Amino acid sequence: MADTSQRFADAGAVEIAGLNKWYGDFHVLRDIDLVVGRGERIVICGPSGSGKSTLIRCINGLEEHQQGRIVVDGIELTRDLAAIENVRRHVGMVFQHFNLFSHLTVLENCTLAPIHVRKLPKGEAEDLARQYLERVRIADQAHKYPAQLSGGEQQRVAIARALCMSPSIMLFDEPTSALDPEMVKEVLDTIIGLAEEGMTMLCVTHEMGFARQVANRVIFMDGGEIIEINRPDSFFSAPRHERTKLFLDRILR
Amino acid sequence: MPELARTSPSRAAPPPPPRAPGSGEILRTLFATPRSALLTIGSVVLVVWAIPGLLRFFIFDAVWSASDGGPCRAPAAGACWAFVAHKLPYFTYGSYPLHEHWRVNLVFGIGAMLVAWLLTPKAAWRRLGAGLFFALYPMLAFVLLWGAPGLGLPRVGTDLWGGILVTFVVAAFGIVVSLPLGIVLALGRRARLPALRLVSIAFIEFMRGVPMIAVLFMASTMLPLFIPERLAPDRLVPPLIGVALFASAYMAEVVRGGLQALPKGQSEAAKALGLRFWSMQRLVILPQALRLVIPAIVNTFIGLFKDTTLVATVGVFDFLRSVDSARLDPNWAGPTITPTAYSFAALFYFVCSSGMSRYSLFLERRLSR
Repeated sequence: MADTSQRFADAGAVEIAGLNKWYGDFHVLRDIDLVVGRGERIVICGPSGSGKSTLIRCINGLEEHQQGRIVVDGIELTRDLAAIENVRRHVGMVFQHFNLFSHLTVLENCTLAPIHVRKLPKGEAEDLARQYLERVRIADQAHKYPAQLSGGEQQRVAIARALCMSPSIMLFDEPTSALDPEMVKEVLDTIIGLAEEGMTMLCVTHEMGFARQVANRVIFMDGGEIIEINRPDSFFSAPRHERTKLFLDRILR
Repeated sequence: MPELARTSPSRAAPPPPPRAPGSGEILRTLFATPRSALLTIGSVVLVVWAIPGLLRFFIFDAVWSASDGGPCRAPAAGACWAFVAHKLPYFTYGSYPLHEHWRVNLVFGIGAMLVAWLLTPKAAWRRLGAGLFFALYPMLAFVLLWGAPGLGLPRVGTDLWGGILVTFVVAAFGIVVSLPLGIVLALGRRARLPALRLVSIAFIEFMRGVPMIAVLFMASTMLPLFIPERLAPDRLVPPLIGVALFASAYMAEVVRGGLQALPKGQSEAAKALGLRFWSMQRLVILPQALRLVIPAIVNTFIGLFKDTTLVATVGVFDFLRSVDSARLDPNWAGPTITPTAYSFAALFYFVCSSGMSRYSLFLERRLSR
């Protein structure tokens, strides 16, 4: 009997084939095919309602899909809860609104999952958390509560919290959209740092400078479909699809 | 000045002193219009008229000590506190045998200590305290109150229990059961499994749609049908369960309100970190959701506490019922006995309820960082 994890060992980090999803009657994702290689950095952009957030939320099972196959790190996402939980242990996610646990300190936010999911002893989890908080340059705030931090700081804590689970893939869902302009850079710099270390990541964002700098491929979505996948330099200088051109004209001006 | 570039830094100035309203200003507010002047004068007259009478009745003319109702029957006598003092053991223990009162006192004393331990924020070993309170204490209280002839504690049937003892037993059981059961029902009502949802909704809506007295009657007449006969004939157990289930339905809706008020991002973040359902509820969702609805939870507890008086309708001698029956004692009969007895009952319920309410305010203030 072939071990499934062995079978997919050489496959991509994320493989999506024939993915379709509906909200009620609304066809929100249409025939998505995408293979993300290990260490690859993908930026997904597109107008609001294009399905880009829904797509990455399907990758860790926050959204259920009705058709198609999603294989993450060799594990296929099905209705099986064990498979979903298994995927979530290996996939970190950062949200637009940070979603830090407001009743816990920064340090407790970071140690919660390591202690209760990875079953690390408390001391070890705290060492790990301090290490990652150090990395996002926020270790001195470890004993504050999220409400006492600025938006940029909260988002960096959220990144550290995800990293504490030692994920092999990171999903970013518009990580800078809710931030004041002067805080965007500190968060992007943190993500760029991660990218430079070879983290596999999918990032939904409208930060085109960031896309140009870190992405291996840029995906443009509209109306639930992938319209264009391109290398960043050609995506910006020579978009192939009419709708991509229109979108870039509107946001780049 | 169309353009500006500061050259020197501005200095932070202290705020101006807070302005207290002067007495003239207060008077002007109280007599601003003829109508508010009339209301001001009317309120003052009402207070001046009512307070002396109340003070006379409850304090200055009150009878503080007497061995029977004689002094209380004097023409100008006020409240008969001697009656309350004389009947206090009955109000507290009902007909619980006199030489076994120490058992009740022990249960009260240990309970008070554990509650103080649990309600003190940052007290040491609170988890141990909670374990003792929710697991060991109920068993200990049961053995002490009910009796264990093997341990030299003669059995005392619940038909002899009464007064504050019964009120506290019913309220404590209701509070300890209704919060966890309410949480389970609230989660059930939001579950994705249709059967689970249906059962929760049916239970909650049925309990909320029926008067508490009906629940108590049903509990005392129907519960014995399901229980083996030799265990059945206890009078206290059915209303105890009835009160707890009734309160659970209300608690479920309170908890559901908290769950709904919590942003969806919290559960998404917890799921994305790989937390399982119960860990997520226990560690992330409930601590925040319950905190949001502390006032409503305490409100339900207070309602439950006062509703315990309804167990009297199925023949259980709670505190109010003891007060009610004590005032008929011919040795103490007199015109002031009834107002005194009910005033004392009101005072008791008020002190307990407002104690809970003050604690909830304190908790809210502490938690609102």
